[in-house]
Amino acid sequence: MSEYKSVNEIKKDTKKNESKKIEDRGILNGLEQLTPEKIESVINQVINDETGARLKVYVDTCVHCGMCSKGCHFFLSLNDPKFSPAGKVKQTLWEILRKKGKVSTEFIKDAATVAYTQCNLCKRCAMYCPFGLDVAYVMSVMRRICHKLGVVPLYIQDTAHSHSATMNQMWVKDDEWVDTLMWQEEEAQEAMENLRIPLDREGADIFYSVIGPEPKFRAQLIFQAAVIMNAAHENWTMPSMPGWDNSDMCMFTGDYEMMERLKRRHFESALHLRAKRIVMGECGHAFRSVYDVGNRALGWKMPPIEVVHAIEYYNELFEQKKIKIKKKFDRPVTLHDPCNISRGRGLHEMARNIVNATCSEFIEMTPNREHNYCCSAGGGVINCGPPFKNARVESGKAKAKQLFAAKAKGAEVVIAPCHNCHGGLEDIIHHYGVEMELKFFGDIIYEILELPES
Amino acid sequence: MSNYDKWDWDTSKKKVADLSAWRERFPYIEEFRVSHDGEKVAAIVKNEDMEFTVCVQSEDNEPETWENGYDKAWNLQFGPDDRLSALVSDAGEWKVSTDDETWENGYDFIWNMKFNSNGNIAVSAQKELLYSVVNNDTPWENEFSRLTDMVISPDGDKTAAVVESVPVLESEIFKFRQGCYSIAVNGETWDRNFMNVWNPSFSDDSNHIAASVRTSYYDYYIVVDGKTWDKSFSSVWEPRFSPSSIEKSSITAPNGELLNKELHPHNYSVTAPVKRGGKWYLAKDGEIFWDRPYFQLWQQFYSPDGTKIAAIVAPEFGKWTIALDNTPWEIRFSDYLSDPLFSPDGNGVACLFKDKGKWGVAVDGKAWDCLFDMVWQPVFSNNGSHLAVKFKKDGFYHIALNGNIIDEKYDDLANPIFSPDNSSILVRGLQGSSYNRKVIKI
Repeated sequence: MSEYKSVNEIKKDTKKNESKKIEDRGILNGLEQLTPEKIESVINQVINDETGARLKVYVDTCVHCGMCSKGCHFFLSLNDPKFSPAGKVKQTLWEILRKKGKVSTEFIKDAATVAYTQCNLCKRCAMYCPFGLDVAYVMSVMRRICHKLGVVPLYIQDTAHSHSATMNQMWVKDDEWVDTLMWQEEEAQEAMENLRIPLDREGADIFYSVIGPEPKFRAQLIFQAAVIMNAAHENWTMPSMPGWDNSDMCMFTGDYEMMERLKRRHFESALHLRAKRIVMGECGHAFRSVYDVGNRALGWKMPPIEVVHAIEYYNELFEQKKIKIKKKFDRPVTLHDPCNISRGRGLHEMARNIVNATCSEFIEMTPNREHNYCCSAGGGVINCGPPFKNARVESGKAKAKQLFAAKAKGAEVVIAPCHNCHGGLEDIIHHYGVEMELKFFGDIIYEILELPES
Repeated sequence: MSNYDKWDWDTSKKKVADLSAWRERFPYIEEFRVSHDGEKVAAIVKNEDMEFTVCVQSEDNEPETWENGYDKAWNLQFGPDDRLSALVSDAGEWKVSTDDETWENGYDFIWNMKFNSNGNIAVSAQKELLYSVVNNDTPWENEFSRLTDMVISPDGDKTAAVVESVPVLESEIFKFRQGCYSIAVNGETWDRNFMNVWNPSFSDDSNHIAASVRTSYYDYYIVVDGKTWDKSFSSVWEPRFSPSSIEKSSITAPNGELLNKELHPHNYSVTAPVKRGGKWYLAKDGEIFWDRPYFQLWQQFYSPDGTKIAAIVAPEFGKWTIALDNTPWEIRFSDYLSDPLFSPDGNGVACLFKDKGKWGVAVDGKAWDCLFDMVWQPVFSNNGSHLAVKFKKDGFYHIALNGNIIDEKYDDLANPIFSPDNSSILVRGLQGSSYNRKVIKI
């Protein structure tokens, strides 16, 4: 049987998908404040002042061949041409350019839904396009327009507001941050006497930064990182003041002014403490923001301070024999390659080095490395919240198949070194009944780590 | 900086403390702090009851711990007056302790300890989930649901912070857009709210406050004493006041305090980097002041007499330098620029740079030959004729003076301080287990 549906089946599916009207107060209430003049004015300002040859080349070069479709997990999961990357451009920027910004509020509503919730900005399609066109960039331009129009899904907009008021994405107050670090330090002292999470230590080799959800929901990851840092006898620090959160939902809402403010605060936090380098926790989008997008928006070709993702750091720990393990993790594992650090940064082989150093049995997921499917949560899609959850999980059908295939070969545990991937994969595993356990590399390393005697 | 001109500038070397005795005595020692005058060394330690306390040692004395022990202590700092303060917690109540004397008032948490140049202390505080500022043990009368970015005025009498002036719940995105944030000064909020407020800053006469705000996603303003500039910009960075007094025949202490100053008040102005049409400019009192567009511009800074202004700029993408009165230095650096400053006489400008992964010092558009693994804030002598930095290379700390390495290597080192007469440098550093105070003649 062909893996592709007939035209009639596609038409039926398209109708089914169209009938799923999404109600989001951020989008709907935002539309109420628009006028045709404002829409046209904002669109033309963004197109004329903020885009240039890149957008023009992408739009003019596309020959509508549809080769990008196989690159998109939305299309692979839903088998509807509307969800092909070219189809998404057709529903957004092509129409906007064709009409020179004279589009309706209804159009903006649909375009916002497509740009924010039906594209993970994972850039997989760019590898399947014969010209290498980057549809994620085109979707980002659409998001930028929606941000300036004030038509953004409520949950991710709220996260961007949190960034602007607190410099972190979870409304964590200044005192709650330090209190959480002290709490985790105390907890970790049960494992290692006199263990420290050194605050504001000047001249440290490592400035360790995390994303907002860690102190809010996953504080044990800070605990684990502290144990690993102490076991490796690192000269490290964490800041006591805002600037500790490396994440960046503003990059995904299109609020680039705030993205710049966030990244500047993050870099300056580390540089003010004269840290040698930033080591980031296991997060993909934050790495994209710190290493690629945010730094360049501020005027740096590369980050002003060396930035190292947790995968690079853990790999270094094993290569330099800075930590020892008691024994290898003995349950069969598979590895999910997060888009931003695999396709975006090429850390997939290092990730495999860590798997091999820590786990006794490794079963590859297929496809993998830079061809891996997105978890359907990235690009801020999971941050758009409950109104879009069902649609998001349905777009993860291809990922579920991938997980089932790895499970059929014996894998019991999925390692996903990215927070958003964890959120997305948790939902997919639950929805499709995959019944696999999810772990970060930090979980595995902490579990098998041999603690030094003193 | 208390008694800066009366410090011991004659004794060439003192051994302030033998830290091996500390290591034998205490199972737990945090980072060492040294007083500005170099006469005392201190650290947070755990005592025999495994409580957190502070140990201090000076020359010819044994290490001495504070009498009080705590469940937790952090943020140990010598203030500008060389009194030693820490944030301490006992049975869940947090207080400031200075030289082992704790404040009367306690809180559920305190943080962000700030000093003015006289040693006044302010902290941000939280009690029963309400937020305020405490200045020398006196809390604001008003409390807020959220507070951040606290600053203390130069005279120490005022504190200000960004506050949530209209309580807003998570997910109330349209209420947020209407403006729920403002500045509170000594607990009293401005009468206007903004969507966001950042970077409050006092004028140096302590009478005015400027900040950056946004009133919508694309209208950014500079606000002074609650009133916005007339024009909005697509983004802004932190505003700074021009110096509001001119000093003559003065000496600048390491904390920036002017000794023997003569005040000549004049009108202040406010400058800020502003973004328009995708490029950055320097604006003054609401109007474009530097008309040359930059890819990036921030950290503008004034000569002490206020007649010159300079800033860190990127004239092109990925190329950084200093612009002095809107004229960029010819030299460019690839990675980073920081800690820019004028010499006290206003004739020189220095900054730190990072280029191709190595740190260095640039003065008046020329880079020193020596490069470092890391370097700290540059320090001018009071007459502006010398520049010194602390730096790290190959795992050890050193002092460089005017581009040349002086003295020995150290395991740890505080920033250098010039003597009031510019003839000597005070070096405070750890060598092996000895914390030494040295006065090096230039």
